[in-house]
Amino acid sequence: MNHPQEPTARPIKILITKIGLDGHDRGSRVVAAHLRDAGMEVVYTPPWQEINAVVKLALEEDVDVIGLSCLATDHLLVPKLMQALRDQGLAHIKVVVGGIVPDEDEALLLDAGVSRVFHPGSSLDDITQTITDLAGPAAVPDEDR
Amino acid sequence: MSTAVDDAAAELVERLLGGQRAALARAITHVESGAAIARRILQAVQPGAGTARVIGFTGAPGVGKSSLINAVIREFRSRSKTVAVAAVDPSSPISGGAILGDRLRMGEHGTDDGVFIRSISSRGHLGGISATTAQVVDLMDAAGWNVVIIETVGAGQSEVEITQIADVSVVVCAPGLGDDVQAIKAGILEIADVLVVNKADQPMADETRKQLVAMLGLRRAERRNVPVLTTVATTGEGVDRLVSVVEQQCQRYPTPKRGQRPHKRLQTLIAQAAARQLQERLATSNEAMIHDLCTRVSRGELSIDSAARTLLDAVLK
Ligand SMILES: Nc1nc2c(ncn2[C@@H]2O[C@H](COP(=O)(O)OP(=O)(O)OP(=O)(O)O)[C@@H](O)[C@H]2O)c(=O)[nH]1
Ligand SMILES: [Mg+2]
Repeated sequence: MNHPQEPTARPIKILITKIGLDGHDRGSRVVAAHLRDAGMEVVYTPPWQEINAVVKLALEEDVDVIGLSCLATDHLLVPKLMQALRDQGLAHIKVVVGGIVPDEDEALLLDAGVSRVFHPGSSLDDITQTITDLAGPAAVPDEDR
Repeated sequence: MSTAVDDAAAELVERLLGGQRAALARAITHVESGAAIARRILQAVQPGAGTARVIGFTGAPGVGKSSLINAVIREFRSRSKTVAVAAVDPSSPISGGAILGDRLRMGEHGTDDGVFIRSISSRGHLGGISATTAQVVDLMDAAGWNVVIIETVGAGQSEVEITQIADVSVVVCAPGLGDDVQAIKAGILEIADVLVVNKADQPMADETRKQLVAMLGLRRAERRNVPVLTTVATTGEGVDRLVSVVEQQCQRYPTPKRGQRPHKRLQTLIAQAAARQLQERLATSNEAMIHDLCTRVSRGELSIDSAARTLLDAVLK
């Protein structure tokens, strides 16, 4: 089941996490801090998350976007995550991937439903803008309180 | 007449009461956003709320609240209780953004369906931290969670407000004089139902415990019996005892039944809503009148209290 996001006055909420075996999380820390400074609510986890844990977390926190940082070959797990999100009725959550992803694998990820792959050297401003656009129309204040 | 909002609220509440986690998560988002639908949802869940035991954890930054909650969840799970956590994190006053990091320390329960953790940013939610938190607690309660835990950073007013929501308030300190001084400053000794010296593996823990006991001894009689416990959140030491003491304290209240919830939290919610409505009316009140009152107060013709009463009379008419 899909629950489309209604316009809300909440800031964009994003989960920044890492699945797989790689433990380098400096990149995701930098991105997380930048997104916070851009006004987003960032839920941040240590590396080595299980796919089930990521899905549960995204569901409970009702995030708009998931940002995955992938080095080594961890991105090959992403299609599994996309399937698990769909299985839990979370297809409305946008997923972006950042890290070292070979071109042929990028197509694989996009096919699996990933919205965007950021390669090394992507600017923080580009990342912020893309996530803002993906999270949908800007928060609309609610008249009826 | 039923509107689209009513229908959406009814559908969401039905799923929430049926125990669907996604429905609870989305209802919390509506409450955080102050959306119109939130009021309908909150009204509709009331008959289902009132059975959860609500425990507040507060204390200075870094004393180990999240780590301790992690261990407390483990203990409640071993006692076959389901646990929902609302972790309130401060947001940057400049960007409004926040890194919500409390659940970082609760990763151990990352795939347990008997645990639901939600991070909440304290930023500008309608009515402040406590209004949002009290509403989130109502939702978790109605969704059927046995125990609802609130984490807040002790920063003056907020933890006092938390005591109005929680059945039991646990104040967490760390060893060392610094935290004690802070605790006393924030009036924390006055609100604690249970005091915990966490990081008891560090030096000074027992001294800190003794100091707290001594300070409580100087308080009014009913404060002197506040239990002072020591824990090591990272190993779980002392946590079973903490949970037992908390459960004992819960016995002060009759076992709640569905539809017959205790009035404490409701009272807080209604008072908060009243304050919010009054504030809104004050904000939109007659400017000419306010200027007139200012002028008369500045000339010494009218006391500030009398001016306030005149304004209230006008606003509430
Ligand atoms: N030695 C020791 N360290 C602890 C203990 N409990 C927590 N810590 C450490 O203290 C640090 C802060 O712990 P948290 O649980 O994040 O503390 P907190 O009070 O939730 O922090 P904020 O939410 O930021 O206010 C972490 O590095 C923990 O590992 C303990 O009992 N002993
Ligand atoms: Mg914490």
